[in-house]
Amino acid sequence: MAGNNVKVQLSDEKILSTALVWKNSGKSVAIATVIKTWGSSPRPMGSQLAVSNDGTFVGSVSGGCIEGAVVTEALEVMKSGKPKVLDFGVSNELAWEVGLACGGQVKVLVEVIEE
Amino acid sequence: MKKNILSKILDDQEAKTPFVLLTNIQSGEQTVIYHKGAVGPEAKNLELLKICRRYMKDNKNGIISDPKNEFFLHVFNPPLRLAIIGAVHIAQPLTQMAKIAGYDVIVVDPRESFATVDRFPSTTIITEWPDDAMEQIDIDRRTAIVTLTHDPKLDDPALSVAIKSNAFYVGALGSKKTHALRVDRMKTEGNDERQINRIHAPVGLNLHAVSPAEIAISIMAEITATLHAL
Repeated sequence: MAGNNVKVQLSDEKILSTALVWKNSGKSVAIATVIKTWGSSPRPMGSQLAVSNDGTFVGSVSGGCIEGAVVTEALEVMKSGKPKVLDFGVSNELAWEVGLACGGQVKVLVEVIEE
Repeated sequence: MKKNILSKILDDQEAKTPFVLLTNIQSGEQTVIYHKGAVGPEAKNLELLKICRRYMKDNKNGIISDPKNEFFLHVFNPPLRLAIIGAVHIAQPLTQMAKIAGYDVIVVDPRESFATVDRFPSTTIITEWPDDAMEQIDIDRRTAIVTLTHDPKLDDPALSVAIKSNAFYVGALGSKKTHALRVDRMKTEGNDERQINRIHAPVGLNLHAVSPAEIAISIMAEITATLHAL
Protein backbone atom coordinates (compact mmCIF):
# COMPACT_ATOMS: atom_id res chain seq x y z
CA MET A 1 0.00 0.00 0.00
CA ALA A 2 2.89 2.41 0.66
CA GLY A 3 3.82 3.50 -2.84
CA ASN A 4 6.02 6.49 -3.48
CA ASN A 5 3.05 8.68 -4.21
CA VAL A 6 1.10 7.83 -1.07
CA LYS A 7 0.42 11.13 0.63
CA VAL A 8 -1.73 9.99 3.51
CA GLN A 9 -0.42 10.51 7.02
CA LEU A 10 0.35 7.07 8.35
CA SER A 11 0.07 6.28 12.02
CA ASP A 12 3.38 5.99 13.88
CA GLU A 13 2.88 2.24 13.99
CA LYS A 14 2.78 2.03 10.19
CA ILE A 15 5.86 4.22 9.90
CA LEU A 16 7.97 1.86 12.01
CA SER A 17 6.58 -1.26 10.34
CA THR A 18 7.34 0.26 6.93
CA ALA A 19 10.89 0.95 8.16
CA LEU A 20 11.28 -2.72 9.08
CA VAL A 21 9.92 -3.88 5.71
CA TRP A 22 12.43 -1.65 3.94
CA LYS A 23 15.28 -2.85 6.15
CA ASN A 24 14.34 -6.49 5.56
CA SER A 25 14.35 -5.89 1.81
CA GLY A 26 18.02 -4.90 2.05
CA LYS A 27 17.71 -1.10 2.05
CA SER A 28 19.44 1.30 4.42
CA VAL A 29 16.86 2.97 6.63
CA ALA A 30 16.93 5.92 9.02
CA ILE A 31 14.31 7.11 11.45
CA ALA A 32 13.79 10.76 12.33
CA THR A 33 11.92 11.60 15.55
CA VAL A 34 10.77 14.98 16.86
CA ILE A 35 12.36 15.10 20.32
CA LYS A 36 11.62 18.69 21.30
CA THR A 37 9.33 21.48 20.17
CA TRP A 38 8.89 25.14 21.02
CA GLY A 39 6.14 27.51 19.97
CA SER A 40 3.72 26.61 17.25
CA SER A 41 5.43 23.61 15.65
CA PRO A 42 2.91 21.52 13.76
CA ARG A 43 3.86 17.98 14.85
CA PRO A 44 4.22 16.98 18.49
CA MET A 45 7.18 15.28 20.17
CA GLY A 46 7.39 11.64 19.16
CA SER A 47 6.27 12.25 15.56
CA GLN A 48 8.34 10.15 13.21
CA LEU A 49 9.50 9.80 9.66
CA ALA A 50 11.27 6.82 8.11
CA VAL A 51 13.63 7.29 5.16
CA SER A 52 15.18 4.68 2.89
CA ASN A 53 18.45 5.06 0.98
CA ASP A 54 16.54 5.81 -2.23
CA GLY A 55 15.04 8.91 -0.57
CA THR A 56 11.55 7.45 -0.16
CA PHE A 57 9.97 8.48 3.12
CA VAL A 58 6.81 7.93 5.16
CA GLY A 59 5.50 9.95 8.07
CA SER A 60 6.27 13.54 9.00
CA VAL A 61 8.16 15.68 11.49
CA SER A 62 6.59 19.02 10.50
CA GLY A 63 3.86 20.34 8.29
CA GLY A 64 6.11 19.67 5.30
CA CYS A 65 8.56 22.55 5.85
CA ILE A 66 11.64 20.61 6.92
CA GLU A 67 11.07 17.11 5.56
CA GLY A 68 13.35 17.73 2.58
CA ALA A 69 16.25 18.80 4.80
CA VAL A 70 15.65 15.90 7.21
CA VAL A 71 15.75 13.38 4.35
CA THR A 72 19.04 14.86 3.11
CA GLU A 73 20.57 14.65 6.61
CA ALA A 74 19.19 11.12 7.03
CA LEU A 75 21.12 9.98 3.95
CA GLU A 76 24.29 11.33 5.60
CA VAL A 77 23.49 9.56 8.87
CA MET A 78 23.10 6.29 6.95
CA LYS A 79 26.70 6.69 5.77
CA SER A 80 28.19 7.66 9.16
CA GLY A 81 26.00 5.31 11.21
CA LYS A 82 26.05 7.85 14.06
CA PRO A 83 22.86 9.37 15.45
CA LYS A 84 22.53 13.12 14.89
CA VAL A 85 20.35 15.82 16.41
CA LEU A 86 19.08 18.49 14.01
CA ASP A 87 17.77 21.87 15.09
CA PHE A 88 15.25 23.79 13.05
CA GLY A 89 13.80 27.12 13.98
CA VAL A 90 14.00 30.86 13.69
CA SER A 91 17.28 31.06 15.61
CA ASN A 92 19.00 28.57 13.36
CA GLU A 93 20.90 29.59 10.25
CA LEU A 94 19.45 26.69 8.33
CA ALA A 95 16.02 28.01 9.16
CA TRP A 96 16.52 30.82 6.65
CA GLU A 97 16.69 28.18 3.98
CA VAL A 98 14.22 25.63 5.28
CA GLY A 99 12.46 27.66 7.96
CA LEU A 100 9.28 26.71 9.68
CA ALA A 101 6.57 28.93 8.28
CA CYS A 102 4.73 28.64 11.58
CA GLY A 103 7.57 30.29 13.50
CA GLY A 104 8.01 27.25 15.73
CA GLN A 105 11.21 25.38 16.51
CA VAL A 106 11.90 21.66 16.51
CA LYS A 107 14.74 19.35 17.45
CA VAL A 108 14.88 16.13 15.41
CA LEU A 109 16.87 13.00 16.26
CA VAL A 110 17.99 11.01 13.22
CA GLU A 111 19.20 7.44 13.72
CA VAL A 112 20.00 4.60 11.39
CA ILE A 113 18.56 1.09 11.74
CA GLU A 114 21.44 -1.27 12.36
CA GLU A 115 21.57 -5.03 11.84
CA MET B 1 18.26 1.68 16.46
CA LYS B 2 19.03 -2.01 16.31
CA LYS B 3 16.80 -4.01 14.00
CA ASN B 4 15.91 -6.47 16.78
CA ILE B 5 14.66 -3.57 18.95
CA LEU B 6 12.51 -2.31 16.08
CA SER B 7 11.01 -5.82 15.65
CA LYS B 8 10.43 -6.08 19.37
CA ILE B 9 8.62 -2.77 19.74
CA LEU B 10 6.46 -3.53 16.70
CA ASP B 11 5.45 -6.82 18.36
CA ASP B 12 4.68 -4.95 21.59
CA GLN B 13 2.51 -2.47 19.70
CA GLU B 14 0.68 -5.33 18.00
CA ALA B 15 0.07 -6.93 21.42
CA LYS B 16 -1.08 -3.53 22.75
CA THR B 17 1.58 -3.63 25.48
CA PRO B 18 2.45 -0.14 26.76
CA PHE B 19 6.17 0.66 26.79
CA VAL B 20 8.72 3.47 26.72
CA LEU B 21 11.55 3.60 24.21
CA LEU B 22 14.42 5.40 25.93
CA THR B 23 17.10 6.62 23.50
CA ASN B 24 20.47 7.92 24.60
CA ILE B 25 20.80 10.93 22.30
CA GLN B 26 24.61 10.84 22.25
CA SER B 27 25.25 7.13 21.80
CA GLY B 28 21.99 6.04 20.19
CA GLU B 29 21.70 3.15 22.67
CA GLN B 30 18.14 2.18 23.50
CA THR B 31 16.30 0.67 26.44
CA VAL B 32 12.73 -0.60 26.30
CA ILE B 33 10.83 -0.09 29.56
CA TYR B 34 7.59 -1.83 30.52
CA HIS B 35 5.26 -1.51 33.51
CA LYS B 36 7.27 -4.38 34.91
CA GLY B 37 10.80 -4.96 33.73
CA ALA B 38 13.04 -3.36 31.13
CA VAL B 39 15.49 -4.47 28.44
CA GLY B 40 18.67 -2.64 27.49
CA PRO B 41 21.65 -0.73 28.91
CA GLU B 42 19.57 1.37 31.35
CA ALA B 43 17.45 -1.56 32.55
CA LYS B 44 18.99 -1.35 36.03
CA ASN B 45 18.85 2.46 36.34
CA LEU B 46 15.94 2.47 38.80
CA GLU B 47 15.68 6.26 39.03
CA LEU B 48 15.36 6.52 35.26
CA LEU B 49 12.83 3.66 35.09
CA LYS B 50 10.68 5.46 37.65
CA ILE B 51 10.62 8.62 35.53
CA CYS B 52 9.83 6.60 32.39
CA ARG B 53 6.88 4.90 34.07
CA ARG B 54 5.54 8.25 35.23
CA TYR B 55 5.71 9.57 31.66
CA MET B 56 3.97 6.37 30.50
CA LYS B 57 1.13 7.06 32.91
CA ASP B 58 0.87 10.68 31.77
CA ASN B 59 1.20 9.61 28.13
CA LYS B 60 3.82 12.24 27.34
CA ASN B 61 7.21 12.27 25.64
CA GLY B 62 10.23 14.36 26.54
CA ILE B 63 13.94 14.83 26.99
CA ILE B 64 15.41 13.95 30.38
CA SER B 65 18.99 13.97 31.53
CA ASP B 66 21.15 12.49 34.24
CA PRO B 67 24.64 13.84 35.06
CA LYS B 68 26.22 11.91 32.19
CA ASN B 69 23.61 11.49 29.47
CA GLU B 70 20.66 13.00 27.70
CA PHE B 71 17.77 10.74 26.76
CA PHE B 72 14.66 11.00 24.61
CA LEU B 73 11.79 9.31 26.33
CA HIS B 74 9.20 8.09 23.82
CA VAL B 75 5.97 6.66 25.21
CA PHE B 76 4.08 4.08 23.16
CA ASN B 77 0.69 3.56 24.74
CA PRO B 78 -1.98 1.45 23.04
CA PRO B 79 -4.54 3.44 21.03
CA LEU B 80 -7.26 5.46 22.66
CA ARG B 81 -10.58 3.63 22.69
CA LEU B 82 -14.15 4.71 22.24
CA ALA B 83 -17.00 2.51 23.44
CA ILE B 84 -20.29 3.45 21.81
CA ILE B 85 -23.48 2.12 23.38
CA GLY B 86 -26.15 2.02 20.70
CA ALA B 87 -25.47 0.99 17.10
CA VAL B 88 -27.73 3.82 15.90
CA HIS B 89 -27.31 6.10 12.89
CA ILE B 90 -25.09 8.64 14.73
CA ALA B 91 -22.81 5.78 15.77
CA GLN B 92 -21.87 5.14 12.13
CA PRO B 93 -20.18 8.48 11.32
CA LEU B 94 -18.90 8.66 14.92
CA THR B 95 -17.16 5.30 14.44
CA GLN B 96 -15.52 6.48 11.22
CA MET B 97 -14.38 9.80 12.68
CA ALA B 98 -13.04 8.22 15.85
CA LYS B 99 -11.01 5.77 13.79
CA ILE B 100 -9.48 8.59 11.75
CA ALA B 101 -8.57 10.29 15.03
CA GLY B 102 -6.73 7.11 16.07
CA TYR B 103 -9.28 5.43 18.34
CA ASP B 104 -10.08 1.73 18.52
CA VAL B 105 -13.88 1.66 18.43
CA ILE B 106 -16.15 -0.80 20.23
CA VAL B 107 -19.86 -0.75 19.41
CA VAL B 108 -22.23 -2.26 21.96
CA ASP B 109 -25.87 -3.06 21.18
CA PRO B 110 -27.82 -6.22 22.02
CA ARG B 111 -30.13 -5.52 19.05
CA GLU B 112 -28.47 -7.61 16.38
CA SER B 113 -30.35 -5.88 13.56
CA PHE B 114 -28.58 -2.63 14.53
CA ALA B 115 -25.14 -3.94 15.39
CA THR B 116 -24.23 -5.47 12.04
CA VAL B 117 -20.89 -5.79 10.29
CA ASP B 118 -22.44 -4.08 7.25
CA ARG B 119 -23.20 -0.98 9.30
CA PHE B 120 -19.91 -1.12 11.26
CA PRO B 121 -17.22 -2.69 9.07
CA SER B 122 -13.87 -3.55 10.72
CA THR B 123 -15.20 -2.57 14.13
CA THR B 124 -15.38 -4.56 17.36
CA ILE B 125 -19.09 -5.27 17.90
CA ILE B 126 -20.50 -6.67 21.14
CA THR B 127 -24.14 -7.77 20.87
CA GLU B 128 -24.78 -8.13 24.58
CA TRP B 129 -26.56 -6.07 27.18
CA PRO B 130 -24.43 -3.06 28.15
CA ASP B 131 -23.77 -4.16 31.74
CA ASP B 132 -22.36 -7.49 30.49
CA ALA B 133 -20.54 -5.83 27.62
CA MET B 134 -18.97 -3.21 29.88
CA GLU B 135 -17.39 -5.96 31.92
CA GLN B 136 -15.67 -7.31 28.82
CA ILE B 137 -14.21 -3.92 27.99
CA ASP B 138 -11.24 -3.24 30.20
CA ILE B 139 -12.12 0.44 30.74
CA ASP B 140 -8.97 2.45 31.40
CA ARG B 141 -7.84 6.08 31.49
CA ARG B 142 -7.56 6.06 27.69
CA THR B 143 -11.17 4.99 27.13
CA ALA B 144 -14.11 7.25 26.23
CA ILE B 145 -17.71 6.06 26.58
CA VAL B 146 -20.74 7.46 24.78
CA THR B 147 -24.33 6.26 25.07
CA LEU B 148 -26.56 6.91 22.08
CA THR B 149 -29.60 4.64 22.36
CA HIS B 150 -32.05 7.09 24.03
CA ASP B 151 -33.38 4.00 25.77
CA PRO B 152 -32.92 3.96 29.56
CA LYS B 153 -32.93 0.15 29.52
CA LEU B 154 -29.69 0.26 27.51
CA ASP B 155 -28.13 3.62 28.42
CA ASP B 156 -28.59 3.61 32.21
CA PRO B 157 -26.76 0.35 32.99
CA ALA B 158 -23.88 1.40 30.75
CA LEU B 159 -23.68 4.83 32.39
CA SER B 160 -23.79 3.33 35.90
CA VAL B 161 -20.63 1.38 35.07
CA ALA B 162 -19.03 4.24 33.11
CA ILE B 163 -19.26 6.89 35.85
CA LYS B 164 -17.51 4.59 38.33
CA SER B 165 -14.74 3.71 35.86
CA ASN B 166 -11.47 5.42 34.95
CA ALA B 167 -12.83 6.46 31.54
CA PHE B 168 -11.60 9.95 30.65
CA TYR B 169 -14.90 10.86 29.03
CA VAL B 170 -18.50 9.80 29.58
CA GLY B 171 -21.20 11.30 27.36
CA ALA B 172 -24.91 10.62 26.91
CA LEU B 173 -27.16 11.60 24.02
CA GLY B 174 -30.44 13.26 24.97
CA SER B 175 -31.94 16.68 25.61
CA LYS B 176 -31.60 18.59 28.88
CA LYS B 177 -35.03 17.29 29.85
CA THR B 178 -34.13 13.70 29.03
CA HIS B 179 -30.94 14.09 31.00
CA ALA B 180 -32.72 15.57 34.04
CA LEU B 181 -34.98 12.50 34.11
CA ARG B 182 -31.92 10.28 33.72
CA VAL B 183 -30.18 11.98 36.64
CA ASP B 184 -33.28 11.42 38.80
CA ARG B 185 -33.39 7.74 37.87
CA MET B 186 -29.70 7.25 38.51
CA LYS B 187 -29.93 8.95 41.92
CA THR B 188 -32.88 6.75 42.86
CA GLU B 189 -30.77 3.74 41.94
CA GLY B 190 -28.22 4.90 44.48
CA ASN B 191 -25.55 6.35 42.22
CA ASP B 192 -23.28 8.99 43.70
CA GLU B 193 -24.22 12.51 42.61
CA ARG B 194 -20.60 13.58 42.02
CA GLN B 195 -20.13 10.60 39.73
CA ILE B 196 -23.38 11.33 37.90
CA ASN B 197 -22.05 14.84 37.26
CA ARG B 198 -19.22 13.32 35.22
CA ILE B 199 -21.69 12.67 32.40
CA HIS B 200 -21.42 15.13 29.52
CA ALA B 201 -25.06 15.74 28.58
CA PRO B 202 -26.45 16.83 26.26
CA VAL B 203 -23.51 15.12 24.58
CA GLY B 204 -21.05 17.04 22.39
CA LEU B 205 -19.97 20.65 21.98
CA ASN B 206 -22.78 22.96 20.97
CA LEU B 207 -22.22 23.29 17.21
CA HIS B 208 -25.93 23.54 16.37
CA ALA B 209 -25.43 20.17 14.73
CA VAL B 210 -28.39 18.61 12.97
CA SER B 211 -27.38 15.60 10.86
CA PRO B 212 -25.91 12.40 12.33
CA ALA B 213 -22.47 13.28 10.91
CA GLU B 214 -22.62 16.79 12.40
CA ILE B 215 -23.62 15.41 15.79
CA ALA B 216 -20.72 12.98 15.52
CA ILE B 217 -18.39 15.95 14.90
CA SER B 218 -19.67 17.68 18.03
CA ILE B 219 -19.16 14.51 20.11
CA MET B 220 -15.67 13.91 18.71
CA ALA B 221 -14.83 17.58 19.36
CA GLU B 222 -15.91 17.31 23.00
CA ILE B 223 -13.98 14.06 23.50
CA THR B 224 -10.87 15.71 22.02
CA ALA B 225 -11.25 18.78 24.22
CA THR B 226 -11.67 16.59 27.31
CA LEU B 227 -8.69 14.42 26.43
CA HIS B 228 -6.32 17.35 26.11
CA ALA B 229 -7.71 19.29 29.06
CA LEU B 230 -6.64 16.47 31.39
